[in-house]
Amino acid sequence: MKTNNVMLSGADIFFECLKREGVDTIFGYPGGAVLKLYEKLYDVDFLQHILVRHEQGAAHMAEGYAKATGKVGVVLVTSGPGATNTVTGIADAYMDSVPIVVFTGQVPSHLIGNDAFQEADIIGITRPITKHNFLVREVNELALTIRKAFHIASTGRPGPVVVDLPKDIIASECEFVYPDDVEIRGYRPVYRGHSNQIKKAAELISNSKKPLLYVGGGVVMSGGSRELSLLVQENNLPVTMTLQGLGAFPGTDEHSLGMLGMHGTYWANQAVQNCDLLISLGARFDDRVTGNTDSFAPSAFKVHVDIDPASIDKNVVVDLPIVGDVKHVLAELVAEIQKHPEIEEWWESIYRWKDECPLSYDGGDGRLRTEFVIEKLSEKTKGEAVVVTDVGQHQMWTAQYYKFNHPRSNITSGGLGTMGFSVPASIGAAFGIKDRPIVSVSGDGGFQMNIQELITAAAYKLPIKFIVINNSFLGMVRQWQELFHSEKFSFTDLGQSNPDFVKVGEAFGIKSFSTDNPKEVDGLLDKVFAYNEGPSLVEFKVVKEDMVFPIIPSGKSVADMIVKRLNPKNML
Amino acid sequence: MTQVISVLIENHFGAFDRVATMFSGKGFNLKSITIGETEIANVSRMTIVTEGEGKDIDKVVKQLNRLVDTIKVIDLSNTNHVERELALIRIDLQNTSLDEMKNVCDVFRGNVVDINNKSIMLEITGPPEKIDAVVNVLMPFGILEMARSGNVALRRGEQLKIKKKEYPSN
Repeated sequence: MKTNNVMLSGADIFFECLKREGVDTIFGYPGGAVLKLYEKLYDVDFLQHILVRHEQGAAHMAEGYAKATGKVGVVLVTSGPGATNTVTGIADAYMDSVPIVVFTGQVPSHLIGNDAFQEADIIGITRPITKHNFLVREVNELALTIRKAFHIASTGRPGPVVVDLPKDIIASECEFVYPDDVEIRGYRPVYRGHSNQIKKAAELISNSKKPLLYVGGGVVMSGGSRELSLLVQENNLPVTMTLQGLGAFPGTDEHSLGMLGMHGTYWANQAVQNCDLLISLGARFDDRVTGNTDSFAPSAFKVHVDIDPASIDKNVVVDLPIVGDVKHVLAELVAEIQKHPEIEEWWESIYRWKDECPLSYDGGDGRLRTEFVIEKLSEKTKGEAVVVTDVGQHQMWTAQYYKFNHPRSNITSGGLGTMGFSVPASIGAAFGIKDRPIVSVSGDGGFQMNIQELITAAAYKLPIKFIVINNSFLGMVRQWQELFHSEKFSFTDLGQSNPDFVKVGEAFGIKSFSTDNPKEVDGLLDKVFAYNEGPSLVEFKVVKEDMVFPIIPSGKSVADMIVKRLNPKNML
Repeated sequence: MTQVISVLIENHFGAFDRVATMFSGKGFNLKSITIGETEIANVSRMTIVTEGEGKDIDKVVKQLNRLVDTIKVIDLSNTNHVERELALIRIDLQNTSLDEMKNVCDVFRGNVVDINNKSIMLEITGPPEKIDAVVNVLMPFGILEMARSGNVALRRGEQLKIKKKEYPSN
């Protein structure tokens, strides 16, 4: 520990700590309880503060920043409503294991519990949706608490941490002591996997006839893409990825089977169903991946590599658990494999499935379809853009048709499925990534859920391409209504009540375009990718009734997969 | 099946709430929960009684371990351990006599801790099954009110110390 023997205020200590954590960007909104911090912030020069328009936006921006850069995203908001507005973003970060630290103002210590103005028990509220949270009770605990918050958020399985800062704590003074090391006796993530277990996994790979790698977001977070590529290329292994895993391995590589699960490719799901060895790498056997867990990969020996011991055997009981950082485990695994598996026949089966039922969509009738837009986007950007999707049909079509070639280029709300994620998250990503294009893809529903942040993008002149896929419907809900709810299109038709998206964009000072003509897609994409002085917006008016296929109905198995539109009555 | 888990946890603000929140959030069954100081400064011991099969308990143990404030989680279910509970039970004296109550109390090695002309309060300690038995015996006399402490438990034999470097098991 270093002692400076200088008395600093809580506000000074706050920024000193951020500086030492290497924070260069914070997303925030001022208010009564954090005025002291904002007073200090006025003179702070080592970081940029991004003024958002709603605190939910700040939380998603921090997520976008963290997912794109791998660094911790930081949020600063006031007490009460400022804090509660971040809750959706915190829950989203918790579900998708995104490292963010949210600093919330709090009423002065002596007023806590008194129903003071703008008081909310944010510690109680966020307890089940944070990796950990802290209420700072003494100013001399502040530095250590911030140190711990960043440590907890960014190590092990990452996640959100909330630090609640009562107004009086920020104002009071103490000697500043910055802790060099942080030691939490109840928190010691295991990074190195068990060597014998890894040896066993290596032997299993060598001897398998039908192996399959099932890759999740953990590979992206651990930075294990290079190791994964080595494992795949040296052993000629097929790879399927979860929604969060897309990008961990190049989508254009012939070993990639694309996404698995509910809207996964036919061949990836058949491979899961028929494999004799399933190696899960940083994935959590989510219900959107497994469907009915009893019939998931029924004949496979299951290996599960995860840094979170609580993920093991949580949804699906596995045969060989390896707790550790997936990057480390992959590196060891590559080194341990003595004999490459002989799996030509297995590849033939996979190719056969791929021929049997490739991804396809209706076309040629002159009507615009999302799949076509995403294909064009993938071509134009050569899989090099950072694509930030919202939630719904366009998200699944992007997962299917955009060929992500790099880790951290696919940013989406997976676990929580938060509509309104894309606009702010793309802004966060744009602050972190300057050398690659940032594309936000939303539906017409989700686009309106954090639409206020368009002005944040415009004010900071971020060259984000906002793509609005407008089918005048809450498309995914509509799809379920058609397939599973007697075609009662209850409150999903936005056709009569959508705003004019071009005028909306223009009102925010954003260059905006719209088309429903497939022939204009190329030209409009060229136009927005050529314009980098600020944000731009393109509305693509697409076919209303299109559905995402394949689909495995919720809780069902691969045998129940629907690959194309049939008479809806026959679908169940 | 009733299972007993002992948890060493940081003795600071909110730690107890985290455990309770986790139980309700994960839908785990919580039969009783007690917390108190230990021989180590700033460390509390929680004794949790839950219901479930082996794999359910594994999940509970893993989720407990996952909390930043938990230092050590010990599943006592299949170990040789001591369980104790304390109950305070007030009986209506209208249907019984002081002597009768003192006799019942002696059989269960309890103490009379409060008495007035209308009621008597007994203090009984022992394993939870014994408390259940006492309650069954006393029920017909009219229990006016009762408070049970919930289980506390410790493993028999060797002492479990918190090691300096303690890693969660694989």
